Amino acid sequence: MAVEKASHQGNQRGLYHGGLYRWSVLLAFCTLLLVVAGGMVTSRDAGLSVPDWPLSYGKLMPPMEGGILYEHGHRMVATTVGMLTIISMIWLLKVESRRWLRILGVVALLAVITQGVLGGLTVLYLLPWWISSAHASLAQLFFSTTVAIALFTSDWWIRGPRQIGEDPRYPVRGLSLAVPVCVLAQLFLGAAARHKAIGSIYHICGSPIVTGVVLWVALRILLHYAENRELRAIAITLITVTFCQVFLGIAAYMTRIAYADAVQPMPLMVTFTVLHVAVGALTMATSVALAILIRRNIPDSRVEFSRADSVAAA
Amino acid sequence: MPVIDMSSNPQCERQHHSPVKAELVVVNANGTLKNVFVWIKSGLPSGRWPQPQQAARLDQNGCIYQPHVLGIMEGQQLEIFNDDPVNHNVHAESVVNPAWNESQPPRAEHKFKKFEAEEILFPVTCSVHPWMRAWVGVSPHPFFAVTGDDGSFSLKGVPPGTYTIEAVHEKYGRKEGKLTLAAGGSATLEFTYGG
Repeated sequence: MAVEKASHQGNQRGLYHGGLYRWSVLLAFCTLLLVVAGGMVTSRDAGLSVPDWPLSYGKLMPPMEGGILYEHGHRMVATTVGMLTIISMIWLLKVESRRWLRILGVVALLAVITQGVLGGLTVLYLLPWWISSAHASLAQLFFSTTVAIALFTSDWWIRGPRQIGEDPRYPVRGLSLAVPVCVLAQLFLGAAARHKAIGSIYHICGSPIVTGVVLWVALRILLHYAENRELRAIAITLITVTFCQVFLGIAAYMTRIAYADAVQPMPLMVTFTVLHVAVGALTMATSVALAILIRRNIPDSRVEFSRADSVAAA
Repeated sequence: MPVIDMSSNPQCERQHHSPVKAELVVVNANGTLKNVFVWIKSGLPSGRWPQPQQAARLDQNGCIYQPHVLGIMEGQQLEIFNDDPVNHNVHAESVVNPAWNESQPPRAEHKFKKFEAEEILFPVTCSVHPWMRAWVGVSPHPFFAVTGDDGSFSLKGVPPGTYTIEAVHEKYGRKEGKLTLAAGGSATLEFTYGG
């Protein structure tokens, strides 16, 4: 039985900046919209409707007709997210006292710049699968980063964890990283299948494996660490999001089969596919949040033992 | 044949007075198949064949490619027109020849393109209007044709010999047949697609 104990960090409310937190939430929300916009481009087969980059038809604002609406719309949302990320980084560098979080702000900016360049290159090189898949996967990682920044800048985070000890019979710290790694691998397979590098069968076969890993870790939390409210909440959230994602995946696949002979993307297929991409991003971000919360709320007992040994030796 | 939904671009829709059907599979009134690319795959004597002086033409009209299937010779000019009041992008999804994707705004100058290597068939698409798809076959010789409204094809001026003729359809795939042609004579070959 795990035992809950008081936080070692104590109250650090002085670190909290309400404006920065709200900005971080806005950035994460806009990034999710960007993922949706990107999903629309691929699902509508509009990826090459604007052949040039960084301009669109040689202009900042081309006629928003047909596929151009989706491709240039995606570029506009991406530019907005880029601006928000720049401001987020400057804000973090200016007011944030945690060095690692300032570094994370810089990493987020580098990621969004890389993401923009990948988006441009995939247009100029006519959608090579590996650039397009890297673009899709980095989008998921960037969204998770923005969610993590929102988490770290929240008042709730700064109030400190309510730590509980790890039950050696049911270790969970090591497993916590397996979930986001598996989800990311599954997202990459999905992106590669969408860009026709591999068959959908690999993504479909990956689904029960990832669902199994999610259930394994989330149920272990619910069965053995449920007294910690944060862990309980994130585990339930991850299970819910994952099941939604599996349902949407099945629906997206079935509509693709049903419309295999369609001469243009059909609205139902586009809807389910875009929702599958968006909830995929939410699954990734939730799995990252789960890993973060597990490692924050369940301290590494080996580190504690080593510290105790040092104190005893002194 | 499914009807194309052009509502995403009303300027395309306004150019048609009745619903436009997709040309993925066009069965003629006599039960034959339209838009099948037919060519001599092998058996011709080696050597270079004279290229047509005239450029082949691909129109974008009413947000539809015309013709739907087009044959050209290696090195022959392909002239691409945009007769529509809307922007198009023209994406040659060739694999053997270098692929390219270029915008073609309304009233823009015609595009002239060449394909230097044999490639049968590859799609030409427009991502602004995802229903737009044409197929291009690049042949090393002038003995190719596309079946029309009666499902027939005709290859003229073929020297005597024994040939492998290939028929290629965008949905139903490839079929081959053998044919021997005597000097000054003619021969008939029929392809049957199921499904």
